Amino acid sequence: MTKYKQIRIALNNCGVIDPENIEEYIARDGYMSLGKCLTEMTPQDVVKEIKDSGLRGRGGGGFPTGLKWEIASKNKADQKYVVCNADEGDPGAFMDRSVLEGDPHAVLEAMAICGYAIGASKGLVYIRAEYPLAIKRLKIAIDQAREFGLLGKNIFDKNFDFDVELRYGAGAFVCGEETSLIHSMEGLRGEPTIKPPFPAEKGYLDKPTNVNNVETFASIPIIIRKGASWFNKIGTEKSKGTKVFALAGKINNVGLIEVPMGTTLREVIFEIGGGIQGGKKFKAVQTGGPSGGCLTEKHLDTPIDFDNLIAAGSMMGSGGMIVMDEDNCMVSVAKFFLDFTVEESCGKCSPCRIGNKRLHELLERITKGQGTMDDLVRLRNMSNVIKDTSLCGLGQTSPNPVLSTLDNFYHEYVAHVKDHKCPAGECKDLMKYFIIADNCVGCTACARVCPVGAITGEKKEAHFINSETCIKCGACIERCKFDAIIIQ
Amino acid sequence: MTKIKTFADLTKMRNDLQQTQALVDMADSSESVIQIKVGMGTSGIASGAKAVMDFLIEALEKRNIEAIVTQTGDMGYSYAEPTIEVKKPGKEPVVFGYVNLLKADEIIEKYIKRSETVEGIIPVNYHTIDN
Ligand SMILES: Cc1cc2nc3c(=O)[nH]c(=O)nc-3n(C[C@H](O)[C@H](O)[C@H](O)COP(=O)(O)O)c2cc1C
Ligand code: SF4
Repeated sequence: MTKYKQIRIALNNCGVIDPENIEEYIARDGYMSLGKCLTEMTPQDVVKEIKDSGLRGRGGGGFPTGLKWEIASKNKADQKYVVCNADEGDPGAFMDRSVLEGDPHAVLEAMAICGYAIGASKGLVYIRAEYPLAIKRLKIAIDQAREFGLLGKNIFDKNFDFDVELRYGAGAFVCGEETSLIHSMEGLRGEPTIKPPFPAEKGYLDKPTNVNNVETFASIPIIIRKGASWFNKIGTEKSKGTKVFALAGKINNVGLIEVPMGTTLREVIFEIGGGIQGGKKFKAVQTGGPSGGCLTEKHLDTPIDFDNLIAAGSMMGSGGMIVMDEDNCMVSVAKFFLDFTVEESCGKCSPCRIGNKRLHELLERITKGQGTMDDLVRLRNMSNVIKDTSLCGLGQTSPNPVLSTLDNFYHEYVAHVKDHKCPAGECKDLMKYFIIADNCVGCTACARVCPVGAITGEKKEAHFINSETCIKCGACIERCKFDAIIIQ
Repeated sequence: MTKIKTFADLTKMRNDLQQTQALVDMADSSESVIQIKVGMGTSGIASGAKAVMDFLIEALEKRNIEAIVTQTGDMGYSYAEPTIEVKKPGKEPVVFGYVNLLKADEIIEKYIKRSETVEGIIPVNYHTIDN
């Protein structure tokens, strides 16, 4: 397997079969893995196979899936639950949506396999209501699987019952956090609670609950079919298999890719992704969404896996990759993610609720050119406190974009503070419009188009922009035929 | 009535389905037929894949070309949506990107009818689990 950079495991059927036709899934060996588990393997064998495969959770944390199943299987209860986390809240991420839209049966089959392994007869998919197509296709898939006897009672005549229902979320990022997700499914407020107890002990309705991500599940039938020893040959020492990424931002080939763990960022961005749009210069890539950090030029040759990304100051996250070019201001990038976190914080604990708001205010000040060097120290200190004292993963990771941009692009922060300049030219408040007197012929076109009357000058003489009045709308630049107006 | 009661039932159903599919795929069986798949994930549909699918079905029928047109999920090429895959009997499937109605027409007239090349082919760039 060396000819191509990509291997499609989780995306095996995505874009290949008609997701609304179970027969196409069956023709591609669908539900054969469930059959193999029920007829040839004990639940312990299944757990062992998943453990041996080295599969780690694709929802962000990278927890070993086999171990999670083992813990859930050992907890005794009259009822256990298998939950599929399809909340997918990161901005720019659409891996899970694509898998559910393209191959819903793979997720259902995997949930049933998990049910068999841990001793659960009920499965729940928690999916955001903003994914109507994925919901529609899942519903069709569940109906068809029931009709074919692949979900329901006494599957394959092996005394195993399993059925799946959908639960809808309203699209809150925090509801992707597993304790929060469970509370939301129970009809309570989507707020996290302290772990332990972990869901595997006390989850949905206080019963042992195994929560896995969509992509984690989508890999399971293939692992059973091809064997743990096939799967664990792909990837790096501690991160096995492949990872799906959603490439977004200033990259040519925006889309979904699936690469073996250990592929470098350079291969992903410049080979598969086709490089940066408009031939611009690569500046950074954000992995891990609002919980992650930015990786730069110096990380381009780092093999991507769970541990390397953490060592580089970011994280795998669920697989969003937002590519930035020379025109992106990194202070604004940090502010963008903080905007998101402030909006999505559930407000339960003060470090996250108040701390992130204060971080956001500091960033706002800096992008307006009103920050001080003390503010930069404050940013860092406050980030560390928020990380250390927040209740859930949202607050514990929300300052990462700030810390990683401070680490990698400190000079940009300093330029905003000391020189009142935005090197990338993105921060509007720091830009000034000038007329180059030598180029100006005094045609008055700019003065006529300026909505706030900031431009003055006599006909056939050089004009002048009053920067106090100017709102930086850019109308004058578009109108000037003599390239006399510049932004600095 | 459940259709599949045992693992043997499933295995048999799979084998039958695969056999039928093989006949459809082959160059010269009585079942051979052109198969077209339209990428209909959210991004495909947002870029106009539904209209392309409707056009293909209608145009192929009008021009008396027997073909099966189905929907599929996201092929991964969001930058080149809508995307379609065309498989002629006995040939490897070919994926086309940027398929608007004009392009769809060109694909029917040139690639399907006359086996001429059409621009916009997205070359295979990944391994499957079996190769
Ligand atoms: C703020 C926050 C948001 C999360 N969002 C998601 C999500 O959208 N999808 C997901 O699968 N996991 C998400 N997680 C991780 C889950 O809590 C959980 O670890 C995961 O679903 C476990 O599945 P896995 O082991 O298969 O990765 C989120 C965690 C946090 C802290
Ligand atoms: S860290 Fe934020 S999101 Fe998590 S519980 Fe505290 S306030 Fe809520």
